Amino acid sequence: MSVLLVATLAIPALGAIAAGAMPHRLGFAARVVATVAAGLAFLTSFGLILGDRTWFSYGEPVIRPWHEVDLEWAPGLDLGFHIGVDGISWPLVALTTLLTLLCCAYTLWKEPECGGGKNLLALLLVIEVGILGVFMALDLVLFFVFFEVVLLPMYAVIADWGGPNRRHAARKFVLYTLLGSVLLLVGVFTVAAAAGTADLVELSAAGGDGIARGVQIAAFTLLALAFAVKSPLWPLHTWLPDAHTEAPTVGSVILAGVLLKMGTYGLIRVAGVVPAGAEALAPALGVLAVAAILIGSLVCLAQTELKRLIAYSSVGHMGFVLLGIATLTATGFQAALIGNIAHGVITGLLFFLAGAIKDRFHTGDLAELGGLRERMPLLSGILGYAAIASLGLPGLAGFWGEAFSIYAALGLGGGFWMVLGVLAAIGAAVTAAYFLRLLRQVTHGPASGAVVAAECGPVAVGELVAWGPLVVLALALGLVPGLVLWLTQSPVEALMRVIP
Amino acid sequence: MTTTLLAASLPLVPLAAALAGLVLPLRSRRAAAILGVGSTGFTLLAAVLLALSGPAAGQFTLVSFIDVDITVGVRVDAIAALVAIAVGAVATAVQVYSVTYLHDDERYGPYAAQVSLFTAAMFTVVVASDLVQLLVGWEVMGICSYLLIGHDRRLPEAPAAAVKAFLVTRVGDVGFWIGVVLLGLAVGSFRIDDVLAAASGGEIGAVTLTAACLLLLAGVAGKSAQFPLHTWLPDAMAGPTPISALIHAATMVAAGVYVVGRLLPLYLASPVALAALAISAAITMLLGALAATAQDDIKRVLAWSTVSQIGYMAAALAVGSAAASTFHLLSHAAFKALLFLAAGAVIHAVGSNLMSRMGGSWRAGPVTFWTMTAGLAALVGLPPFAGFWSKESVLGAAWEAAAHGERVTSESGLPGAGGWFGPVPAGAPTPSWAAWLVLLSGLVTVLVTGWYATRLWLRTFFGDRRGEFSPHDPAPLMSWPLLALAVPSVVLGLVVALWPAGDAVTDGGGRFAYAPLAEAPSWVAFLPRFDPGLTVVVLALTVLGAAGAWVAWRRDTAADPARALGPARTTFARAFFLDEVQDFLVVRPARALARATRRADEQLIDGAVEGTGAGALRLGRLVAAAHRVGLPGYATAALLGAVLLGVAAVVTGVWA
Repeated sequence: MSVLLVATLAIPALGAIAAGAMPHRLGFAARVVATVAAGLAFLTSFGLILGDRTWFSYGEPVIRPWHEVDLEWAPGLDLGFHIGVDGISWPLVALTTLLTLLCCAYTLWKEPECGGGKNLLALLLVIEVGILGVFMALDLVLFFVFFEVVLLPMYAVIADWGGPNRRHAARKFVLYTLLGSVLLLVGVFTVAAAAGTADLVELSAAGGDGIARGVQIAAFTLLALAFAVKSPLWPLHTWLPDAHTEAPTVGSVILAGVLLKMGTYGLIRVAGVVPAGAEALAPALGVLAVAAILIGSLVCLAQTELKRLIAYSSVGHMGFVLLGIATLTATGFQAALIGNIAHGVITGLLFFLAGAIKDRFHTGDLAELGGLRERMPLLSGILGYAAIASLGLPGLAGFWGEAFSIYAALGLGGGFWMVLGVLAAIGAAVTAAYFLRLLRQVTHGPASGAVVAAECGPVAVGELVAWGPLVVLALALGLVPGLVLWLTQSPVEALMRVIP
Repeated sequence: MTTTLLAASLPLVPLAAALAGLVLPLRSRRAAAILGVGSTGFTLLAAVLLALSGPAAGQFTLVSFIDVDITVGVRVDAIAALVAIAVGAVATAVQVYSVTYLHDDERYGPYAAQVSLFTAAMFTVVVASDLVQLLVGWEVMGICSYLLIGHDRRLPEAPAAAVKAFLVTRVGDVGFWIGVVLLGLAVGSFRIDDVLAAASGGEIGAVTLTAACLLLLAGVAGKSAQFPLHTWLPDAMAGPTPISALIHAATMVAAGVYVVGRLLPLYLASPVALAALAISAAITMLLGALAATAQDDIKRVLAWSTVSQIGYMAAALAVGSAAASTFHLLSHAAFKALLFLAAGAVIHAVGSNLMSRMGGSWRAGPVTFWTMTAGLAALVGLPPFAGFWSKESVLGAAWEAAAHGERVTSESGLPGAGGWFGPVPAGAPTPSWAAWLVLLSGLVTVLVTGWYATRLWLRTFFGDRRGEFSPHDPAPLMSWPLLALAVPSVVLGLVVALWPAGDAVTDGGGRFAYAPLAEAPSWVAFLPRFDPGLTVVVLALTVLGAAGAWVAWRRDTAADPARALGPARTTFARAFFLDEVQDFLVVRPARALARATRRADEQLIDGAVEGTGAGALRLGRLVAAAHRVGLPGYATAALLGAVLLGVAAVVTGVWA
C-alpha cells in the first residue's frame, strides 16, 4: 500500500508539471488536467485509510505509521527519504487534498480575472505537494525541505493573482516565514546533531533520551518560534492579515485551511522529540496562545474589512489550538487536532464566501456592505452558517477544539492554568460578539448602496460544488467528532508515553 | 428499549425536519408547513406516550478525549416527560398558529425549519443524559433564538435585539461551560448520573462544588433571563409573536430553571449557591413585575411578566423545591404561551403592539378576549386557574423554608430516586434569611402582578377604541391553538391537585408522583402542604393589586393607569435603567478596548515588523552608499586591506 503514499505525492506533482507545461491556448484543458490530478490525489489520500491501523500500545514505537516508505536519499549525509501517515497526520492529509480539489474545481468554474488560471492551479498543486510532504515526512530534514517547498509558490500566488496591495503582502509573507524557516533549520540541526539522527520515528521512540535538557530547551525554542510564525502565534502574526487580505480566494483558502496547520502539526510532532524542552516552554506557549485568543478576537471586534476580519479570527482560533498543545495533555492534543481540522473546514468556507462577496460587490468594507439577505438569501444563509460554526456553536465542528482546550487548561489545575482557561473562555464569548457584529453589518438591515448597485448573478453551481462539502463537513464533525478523534486517539495516547 | 427510542426520537425527528426544511426551496410553503407541524405534532404524541410508559434511559459514548469521554443518551424521568409534553404542545400550537400568522412572509420556510430546529434543541436539553450533550442543545436554542428574533425585516431594531439576546446569554455561558468543566474534572465524567452520584458521595470538594454551582448559575441567569442577565428578554420581543410564545416565554427561558432542577442535589449541598439563587430570584421577580407596570407595548408587558414569573421558578429551586418549580414551569408554559398567542391575535387585528392604540374590542373578538382573560387569570393566580395552584406551591415552599428554618423543604429527591439521582446529600440548607427574602419578594410580586395584569386587560379590551381598526377574531388556524392552550391554563392546576396521590407511591418506575410531601419524601410532590393563612394573604394581595389598577383606570378610561405610578413611572418603564448601566459598564469599555487593541496591534506590533523591513532597507542603502566612492577611495581601501591581511598573517604566524 505504500504505492498509495508515493502516489499521493506524485500525482499532484505530475499534474502541476503537465498543467504548467501546456500552452496558454489550452488553458481550460490544462485546468481540467490539474483538477483531475487533484481529484486523483484526493482519492488516493482516502485510500491510505485502508492500511493496517492495528495498534499495540505496549512496546510499539511512539509513531507507528499505517504506511511508510523509507528510502536512502543522501547516505553520505545520513539523510533518509522517510515518509508515512498515521492517525495524527492522516486527517490533515485528507483535509489538504480535499481543499486543493475544491480550490481547483472553483478555479475550473471561474478563472481569475487577470487570467493565467492554469498556472495558478499548477502552483496550487506544487503547494499541495509541499504541504502533503510536511504532513507525511518522518525525517526532520525532509520535513524542513517540504516546509520550504510551499513558500515560493505561495509567494507567487499572492504576488501574481492578489489584490491591489499584493506585492507588499507577498514580500512580507515570504520574508517573515523565511525568518521562521531559518530558525527551523537551526532547530532541526540542533536536534539531529545531539541525537545522531533526524528520523522522527527513532527520535520520538527515544523521547528525548540522550539529549541534554539544555539542548532540548534550545531546540524546542527554535522549533517553536519557527512554528509560531507559521501558525501564527501572537505576536508573530502580522504577516497573516496582509497575506490573507491580498491573496486570491483560493490562496486564502489554502493558506488558512492547511498552510497554518503545518505549524501546529510540527509542534505536536516535536513535542515528542524534545519533551523536556516542550515542558519547560509550555507555560510561555500557553500565555502567548491566550494572548492570541484575546487580542485576535478584540481586533476582530474593531475590524472593518471582511477578509481581514476572517484573517484575524484565524489568529484567535489557532490560539485555541496552540493552547491545547501547550497543556501537553492527551485531552489538549485531541482538542488541538480536531481544532486544526475544524478551523481548516470552517475558515476555508469563510474565505470562499468572502471571495464570493468581494467578487460580486467589489468591496470588503463592512460599512459598505449590508442587507445581503435581501439581495442574496442563499449566500447570506451560508455565510450565517459559517460564521455560527466559526464562533464555536456546540453541534458544529468548531466547538470541540475550543471547548476542550479550555477543559485541558482548567484540568491542569493551579492558579496559572486556571486563569489561562478562564481567559480563553472569555475570548470565546468575544468571538461570538465579533461574528454576530459581522453578520449584523453584512446580512441584516436594508440593502446598502453597494449591494443594490452591483450586478451579480445568484450563487452558481460551481460555487456550490466548492462550498457544499465544507458545509456538510462542518456539521458532520460537529455531530460526530469521532471522525477525527477516533483516528488520533491511539497515536496521541502513544505520544503521551514520552511526554511527562 | 422502546421508551429509549421514543425518547431519542424527541430531538431527532424535529432535527431531521429542520434539516430537510432548511434545504427546501423558499417557495414550497406547504411542504415547510407539513414538516413543521408534522414533526412537532409527532413529538407531542411521543412525549405523551413517554410520560405514560415510564422512565427511559440509554446512552453511548460519542467520542473520547482520552482523559474524559463524551456520552450521548437519554434520561427521561417523570419531570422530563412532563416538560417534554409542555414543549411538544406549545411547539405544535406555535407551528399551527404560524402558518396563518406568517401567511404573507416569503421566508416562512426557513422560519418553520428554525422553529423545528429550536424544538429539537429544547428536547435535547430535556432528555440529555450528559452535560456536554445538554450544552449542545442549550447553545443551539440560543442561536435559534438569535435567528428568529432577527427574522422580521421590517423592524429596524430586530437585528440589534437578536445580537443582544445571543451575546448576553453567551456571556452567561462562559460561566456555564467552566462550571460544567469543573464538574467533569472533579468526577471524571460528564454524565449527569455520575455527577450526581459523586456529589452525593461527597467526592466533589465543597469549594469546587460551590464554584461549579455558582458558575452554572451564570449560564442559567442568561438563559432564563434572571437578574442581572435579564436585559435581553424584553428586546427579544422584536421577534415574531409566535416565537415570543415558544422561545421567550414557554420553553427556552425555562430551560435554565429546568437544568437547575435536574442538578438540584448539587445545589442542596451548597448553601452559598442556594443563597445566590435566592437573591437573584427575589430581585428578578419584583424587578420584572415593576417593569411590567409601565410598558405600553403589550408584548413588553408580557416579556417582563415572563422575567418575573421565571423568578418564581428560580425562587422555588432556591428553597429546595424542584417540584414547585416544575409545576410553575408547566402552568406558566401553558398560560404564557396562550397570552402571547392571544396578544398576537390582538396585534394582528389592531396592527400595532401599543396598548395606547387598542381598547374597546372585547365584544368583537370573543375567542381572543376570553382566552386572554383565562390566561391573565392564570397569571395573577385566581383560583381555580392553573397559576393559582402552582404559585401557591412556590410560595408554600418558600414559607416552609422560611418558617421552619434551615432545612430543605421536605422532598429529598426527584422522581425515580432509585438509582436515578442517588441519595441526596443530607442536611442541605437554604439560609433562612434567603427563604424569607424570597417569600417577601414573592408576596409583593403577587400584588404587583395583580396590578399590571389588570391594567393590560383593561387597556387592551375596554374603554373607547383608541385606534383605527376593526377588532375581530383571527382565522381558525390561529384560534384553535388559543382554545387548545386555554384548556391547560384553566384546568392544569386542578388536575394536578386532585390527582390520586396513592398511585405514584407504589409505582417504582418513577411515573407521575404527586404524593403529598410528608407522606413520600423521596417523591415529587407538586403541592406542598397548603397553608390556609398563606392562601388568604396571597388572594388578598391579588385582589388588592387588581382593584388598584381598576380604580386608577376607572377615573379616566382613556388614560393609562400607569400615570398613577407618578414619578416612578419612567424608572419602571426603563426597567431601572439597567440597560444603560450595562451599556456603560460592559459594552462601551469592550468597544474601546477593541479599538485600542486594534490600534496597538497595527501600530506597535506590525509597526515593529514593517519598521524592521524599512530599517533593513535603509541600512542596505547606507552600506551601498558607503561603497560608492571614487577611485582614490578604492585604492586606499585596497591598500588598507592588504596591510590588514599582512598584519594578520604575521600575527597568526607568530602565534602559531
